[in-house]
Amino acid sequence: MPNRTIAPPIKDAVDFELVLPRCDHHVLSNGVEVYSLNMGSEDTLQINWVFYAGAWYEKKKSLAAATNFLLKNGTSGRTAFEINEHFDYYGAYVNRSCYTETSEVTLHCLNKHVHALIPVIAEMFTDATFPEEELAIYKQNSLQRLKVNLQKSEFVAGRLIDSYLFGDKHPYGKYNNAEDYEALTREDLVGFYEEYYKKGRMVIFAAGKLPPDMIGELEKYFGSLPVRKHRETVEGIQHMIEPATQKKYRIMNDPNGVQAAIRLLRPFPNRHHPDFQKAQVLNNVLGGFFGSRLMGNIREDKGYTYGIYSYLLNFVHESGWMITTEAGRDVAEDTIKEIYNELELLREEEVDEEELMMTRNFIIGTVLGDLDGPFQVIGRWKNMILSGVDEAYFYQSLQVVRSITAKELQELANKYLQPDDFYELVVI
Amino acid sequence: MIQFEKFTLSNGLRVIVHEDNTTPMAVVNIMYDVGARDENPEKTGFAHLFEHLMFGGSINIEDYETPLQMAGGENNAYTSNDLTNYYVQLPAENIETAFWLESDRMLSLAFSEKSLEVQRKVVCEEFKEHYINKPYGDVWFKLREMAYKVHPYRWLTIGKELSHIENATLADVKAFFAAHYNPSNAIMVVGGRVKTAQVRELAEKWFGDIPSGKKWDRHTPEEPAQTAPRREVVHADVPLDAIYKVYHMDQRLSHGYYVADLITEILGGGGSSRLFQTLVKEKKLFSNIDCYHFGTVDKGLLTIEGKLVKGVKMEEAEAAIEEELEKLKRDGISEKELTKVKNKTESAIAFEDMSVMTRCNNLAFYELLGDASLFNSDREKYFSVTVDDVLNYSRRYFDVNNSSTLCYYSKL
Repeated sequence: MPNRTIAPPIKDAVDFELVLPRCDHHVLSNGVEVYSLNMGSEDTLQINWVFYAGAWYEKKKSLAAATNFLLKNGTSGRTAFEINEHFDYYGAYVNRSCYTETSEVTLHCLNKHVHALIPVIAEMFTDATFPEEELAIYKQNSLQRLKVNLQKSEFVAGRLIDSYLFGDKHPYGKYNNAEDYEALTREDLVGFYEEYYKKGRMVIFAAGKLPPDMIGELEKYFGSLPVRKHRETVEGIQHMIEPATQKKYRIMNDPNGVQAAIRLLRPFPNRHHPDFQKAQVLNNVLGGFFGSRLMGNIREDKGYTYGIYSYLLNFVHESGWMITTEAGRDVAEDTIKEIYNELELLREEEVDEEELMMTRNFIIGTVLGDLDGPFQVIGRWKNMILSGVDEAYFYQSLQVVRSITAKELQELANKYLQPDDFYELVVI
Repeated sequence: MIQFEKFTLSNGLRVIVHEDNTTPMAVVNIMYDVGARDENPEKTGFAHLFEHLMFGGSINIEDYETPLQMAGGENNAYTSNDLTNYYVQLPAENIETAFWLESDRMLSLAFSEKSLEVQRKVVCEEFKEHYINKPYGDVWFKLREMAYKVHPYRWLTIGKELSHIENATLADVKAFFAAHYNPSNAIMVVGGRVKTAQVRELAEKWFGDIPSGKKWDRHTPEEPAQTAPRREVVHADVPLDAIYKVYHMDQRLSHGYYVADLITEILGGGGSSRLFQTLVKEKKLFSNIDCYHFGTVDKGLLTIEGKLVKGVKMEEAEAAIEEELEKLKRDGISEKELTKVKNKTESAIAFEDMSVMTRCNNLAFYELLGDASLFNSDREKYFSVTVDDVLNYSRRYFDVNNSSTLCYYSKL
């Protein structure tokens, strides 16, 4: 019978050697870069077309998202239905997503069908027509969705907290109201499409079990488009950050609400700043995983919430440090008090060795587990390339996890986890 | 085809090993054959609350999470109406940590008052977050009660009401553990960078001496066939009218299940599906409409739900849904449309199978259904569905006497 009171020996995860599988790099005739990763045992693949066509570039709110969404809703040769049916017939998934800097189209399919699908994707980038009727349906449905979402405290809180930190005109802080959707016209979309897709900046990421002629196919359909390589800079688009002067907010969205959406957010520099990778470790101690301080205190000790997390915002130019939870309405203020207690503890006392070791091992273990799927690996590459960092950055971040000291963490906490620096919002 | 080996310990614990050396990780998945359908109607939500308590310390190990995180591992769990599943992923070198932790909590929990008190609150907050503080959050409480009169699917996994969770006692917790948490009611799947011989040795070492316990004797009452349509109307502070229609479908292992699954794709699966194309795009009656089911073991519910465009009358919207269903029941579908939804299913299965964690989880589920090798025959079962099946099953499922309809009106 085993002695159950003694833990089996472990190999510390920090001692694992982690290797980020290398990407192949190709440049199409027009300069567009392709990062590809041939990896995986299933007959599946994913291709990601990334354009610099996010909200950063729009002159009217919600324009970038609408253009991105409607890429798939008609070309001169095919109706929206025909496009959908084509992709559905081959069991493919075509997702569009619009972020602050970039906007993307992602294809997931079985590799045996990819040749039938790429030409239609190319049509979306060269010949989308943005029919009036499709736009009208989009506007109406977006408005309806907005109405439902505005009843949710977490949705309202998520919009407002970013606007406090960045200002409601900045791409990181602005949000859409009904009148923004209503004001969209077909001409707006066509203009944005011309500038940021047809003549825009593009980069392609492909991963999975790729067919041998993958690059040839991409060259054939995308290599002669008048798009530009993504590294080319665009002149003249700058946005001023206008942080709110008021720091604390209490908003009543639903008088019958039984929970409060709580958000705390402070400014934080982007990932090129020397503190960024170190702060990721401190963030894990604070609220980055189930074993974090916030989860341990506010969920596992007090039972105030189903979950509480902290994270650094994933924006390119500027970041922020966020703490987020949904807590019982009557314990909302206590929850905030406990959050500040945890910040104080991190400022006042060094993290003990065991907790620090656990955090290191957890982070490394998670990265290790994340490196065994082609889509996860290409996801890391994509994030690095779009943020303007290279492979060395990945290995450096692991080195930081392995070597950061309790003293450094405490110094960071004193530098960044100061209550007066945080915006604080409660929406009921 | 995925490869696996299976053996049973002398205490009845079934162990399945799925080797995959392409990953540096190992997965340990333990599925207990207990879900919300096994609950006392007066104490609903208990299987799920219990899942939370499984993290509150076991007989010899005060804290589950810390040693696992120390070993570089992650874990989570979920409860459904049918089952409760716990899964760990960690670097393969440290796999014994997972055996140690999982075997100790199968042996016995610590049964701490403090843990129960805290997790009652946590689950109440989960209940509020997902079902009270959300527009339309109460829909499934109503639909289940309408559609099921005797089967325990009539309540949600989270429980019928907050009070059931608030009133849970430590005596309840102990009784539940004794009845369900033992080798006779569990299936362990170990996958990733592991070897069968190694798993066998570790399983014997850590689980071999746990008393087998009694196999739970399940007497789930069968839901009698519905004989008349059911309807309910709600007026609530939501911005949009919505309609929900549910129809009883066949159980998980029957041919009718696979037909139903393809029917949901035909009606509601993505941009070219019938309900979306006709009712959202052409007639513009709905801002969104979906067709789905929950994949339950016992007879589940084929569901259609949609939010109406502001200004559209409920009667008109419902008639338009009926018209689509009538069309399907009258004309069936073409071979091409059937091929389309089969291709989509084939692709969905391939993407799901990419993760070793999902494969382990599915192996456990099929073993719970009766045989892990069902994992490999599922795809064939979809491919065996014919256009006649779609026609015949649509007629049977979309019978008005088999329907429950919830009209959810906006008061705003």
